[in-house]
Amino acid sequence: MGGEVLRTHRFLKDSWPLLALVAFLGGVGIVSLYSAAGGEEAWSRPPIYLKQGLFWGLGILAGALVAIIDYRRWLDYAWILYALCIVLLGAVLVLGKVTSGSQRWLSLGPIAFQPSELAKWVLLLVTARHFQSKETALGYYTLRDVLKPTGAMGLVALLVVLEPDLGSTILIVLLSVSMLILAGLRFRSVLKVLGIGLLCLPVAWNLMAQYQRKRIMTFLDPQQDPLGAGYHVTQSKIAVGSGGLLGKGYLQGTQSQLHFLPEHHTDFAFSVWAEEWGFVGCMVLLGAFLLLLFYGLTVASRATDTTARLTALGVVAFFFWPVSINVAMTLGLVPVVGITLPFISYGGSSLVTSMMALGLLLNVHTRRFLF
Amino acid sequence: MKSLRWEEDQQEKGPPSRKHIQWAAILITGVFLVLFLRLWQLQILEGETFERLSEKNRIRLRRIPFPRGIVMDKRGQVLADNRASFNLMVVPAEVEDPSSTINRLATGVQLDSHNSVSLVSQARKKTPFRSMVLKEGLRWEEVAWVETNRLELPGIWVEVEPRRHYPEASKAAHVLGYVGEIPEELLRAWKGKGYRVGDRVGRSGIERSLESYLRGRDGGVQVEVDAKGRQISVLQEVSFEPGADVILTLDMRLQEVAEEALGDRTGAVVAGDPKTGAIFAMVSHPSFDPNLFSEGISSETWKSLTESKDHPLTNRALMAQYPPGSTYKIVTAVAALEEGIITKDTPIYCPGHYTVGNRDYRCMKKEGHGWIRFREAVIQSCDVYFYHLGHLLGVDRLARYARGFGLGSPTGFDSDQEKPGLIPTSAWKKRRFGTPWHAGETVVAAIGQGYDLVTPIQQFVMISAVANGGEVMVPQIVERVVDADGRLLASFQPRSQGRLPASSSTLRLLKEALRGVVQDPRGTGQRARVPGVEVAGKTGTAQVVRMSERVRERKVAVPYRHRDHAWFVSFAPVEEPQIAVVVIVEHGGLGGMEAAPIAQRVIQAFLQLQRS
Repeated sequence: MGGEVLRTHRFLKDSWPLLALVAFLGGVGIVSLYSAAGGEEAWSRPPIYLKQGLFWGLGILAGALVAIIDYRRWLDYAWILYALCIVLLGAVLVLGKVTSGSQRWLSLGPIAFQPSELAKWVLLLVTARHFQSKETALGYYTLRDVLKPTGAMGLVALLVVLEPDLGSTILIVLLSVSMLILAGLRFRSVLKVLGIGLLCLPVAWNLMAQYQRKRIMTFLDPQQDPLGAGYHVTQSKIAVGSGGLLGKGYLQGTQSQLHFLPEHHTDFAFSVWAEEWGFVGCMVLLGAFLLLLFYGLTVASRATDTTARLTALGVVAFFFWPVSINVAMTLGLVPVVGITLPFISYGGSSLVTSMMALGLLLNVHTRRFLF
Repeated sequence: MKSLRWEEDQQEKGPPSRKHIQWAAILITGVFLVLFLRLWQLQILEGETFERLSEKNRIRLRRIPFPRGIVMDKRGQVLADNRASFNLMVVPAEVEDPSSTINRLATGVQLDSHNSVSLVSQARKKTPFRSMVLKEGLRWEEVAWVETNRLELPGIWVEVEPRRHYPEASKAAHVLGYVGEIPEELLRAWKGKGYRVGDRVGRSGIERSLESYLRGRDGGVQVEVDAKGRQISVLQEVSFEPGADVILTLDMRLQEVAEEALGDRTGAVVAGDPKTGAIFAMVSHPSFDPNLFSEGISSETWKSLTESKDHPLTNRALMAQYPPGSTYKIVTAVAALEEGIITKDTPIYCPGHYTVGNRDYRCMKKEGHGWIRFREAVIQSCDVYFYHLGHLLGVDRLARYARGFGLGSPTGFDSDQEKPGLIPTSAWKKRRFGTPWHAGETVVAAIGQGYDLVTPIQQFVMISAVANGGEVMVPQIVERVVDADGRLLASFQPRSQGRLPASSSTLRLLKEALRGVVQDPRGTGQRARVPGVEVAGKTGTAQVVRMSERVRERKVAVPYRHRDHAWFVSFAPVEEPQIAVVVIVEHGGLGGMEAAPIAQRVIQAFLQLQRS
């Protein structure tokens, strides 16, 4: 009994910075959504900031569940979870064929969720699991050693790109490749993996239906859709830039309040924040993300076994890529692909899996002394 | 970076090593640094510029609508193109006072001002900066008025949009179809193809079936405007892409002859190349003016078109299903010859009626044809002869041959609009009505009455197969599709549905008999004779209701709706067929009297056009 108390005590002592950060990001997210949804005039019933509150509840439960069960147990079941995930992604594609639109959602009764989000989390586990049982005498790995996780990534990426969901596909590939590099894949082999990936592109291209290709072309070259992405970036830059040093004030952002900003509660949530809170607000928000990432690196550096370290680094990559790409996108630095900002953008699937990733990080951190 | 200190109790030296983690830290810091710098640039250095732009958001997005592809006949005559149409546009946020601006507008433009005021007021709350259409198709004076009074009308501007125009109006209207606003169900079905509410799409005919080719892509321009909505500068412009042009196999000169020949009669004409299935003319009467739809059709006109008893919007060539009448004897004849039930010399006695069970079935010639053989039976269209063949064949064998001719299912000309027709079998009747098939019904089916239903386009495929030596073709009307850069996107390829289940000797016998129908002095289709060329054909008179003896002999007048449909199916020249023509005149009476002369005119015109 004493041990339990001690453990809880240590859990809180170890993880309060992370919990505080998440609470802050959650606050920013909800506050920003309330503004994006048009302040008092909510257009959705129930209003989306309330829905997002519900998702936070679900996310906290899911994150806690992940944190409580020993991460080694999660790793034991990694491949089973992977198989489940593939089934879900396949189901999405089959349903997608019926409606002929882009189908990313799977409906389970009243809840609809995006298996592609879950797939990222599972891929993290699978990659970590692979290196758990892989000894290296050389101190590094060659291509032959990573065939399994690379193949696992390839299958997921193929299923997701067919939906087609280019944003998630990019994230999946980046997450997986980062983890392989961090796991100690030889640099030469990294280039080979990327080369093989490039060679596979034409094959995947040929497998796709005409409408899928067309949609991906529009994704890659937003200028092809003159009324779409090009306009969005201009408006997003105006929103961010007009925020100035201190911002226009909460609920005062004309760009989002007047509906110039497209997707202002999902892909362009950062622009809403930047317009209303200015350069200072952006520094605070990006600073919070930076702290989160460095917290992850700290957990990794303190971890006592390689698997734990790789898992923690995986979580860092899990957050680093969407945060940096999404913000760069709203600032007009990279083309617009549908990648949302973790914790801030509206969306249940993304939030719940983000919390599950944090759960993994806490899990690794609190169990570093327990063998 | 004290926090990254390597723990002392670290035992394993395998990767991820300290170095890996440090590299990750450097990468993360670097990327965030770039983001910080960019934010500094946008918010601090250029903040004022952006603030000015956002002040009353000065960026407008204006659509540049694409022109739809042009449709031409095979000689290049334009059948569908585009004309500039002017739309009255409004940016709700720039309208200072909706009611006064709209009232001012209403003095120069015909407008439902009450409705417009509430429309603009609502939009000011929801989507204040999105430009919306206030009125479509402004008249020229109205455009001039708006342009001259522009300074007093903040937030109002005129958009030029290419509108579909059909120079030939109602001619070939069913072939071309029309365009209209995209209905909700299509918007849903075509999700992901870039359609927006209010887009115009093909709703029938070529416009619909070739929508993906005819459609281009909108361009757009981002302009900076001043507080009154006047354009200051262009920030970015993307030009539109026009749709691809379509060249048809249709010959408008022949189409006009066919339309004239059919005249005011309700019915359809299909003419085309029996060897390739290429359509030269396709008439359906009554017709409509597709321009009505491009201009934004009024609800009264729409109602009168859709609720009319004549169904002017229906393309009868594809969608109207009629009993084939005696034209169906072609199917019965092929079946009987192929199944060895008769030879050309088998004599059958026609006393003027045929008895099955306790019922009598009449021959068209009341006093009977006497002993009659294959050729004469076809030429004179002896019903008793074919009752007999039908009786020996049975309905299911007959249906097999009918299906071999392509009857009973869509031909593949336009799967969205075509009707399948109906070729009954005993199993079908059991399914449909739950009752067994009667021998009397077989006898009736053998001469194309009873349950049998066919469409004119199916009849065209059927007679073409006889003409071309047994190839059941897919009728097609698109010669080629060429995009704006002159690239060939699609071109005519003859397509076969299959082979007719008939030997060449059977077809030779049949062709000779069909030649006789027109060329023989006793033939029922003599009115289709064309000087200088041999024509083959078959007449048909499809009963709409069963008539008494007295009515048959024209002793009392028959109400229009109960009169027979007149059919004529034909091809020419007999030896080297170049054209097949199918004519149906609804409630026209005798096929040989009413339909054959129309086919005659089309064939004659075709041969003349070929020579010239």
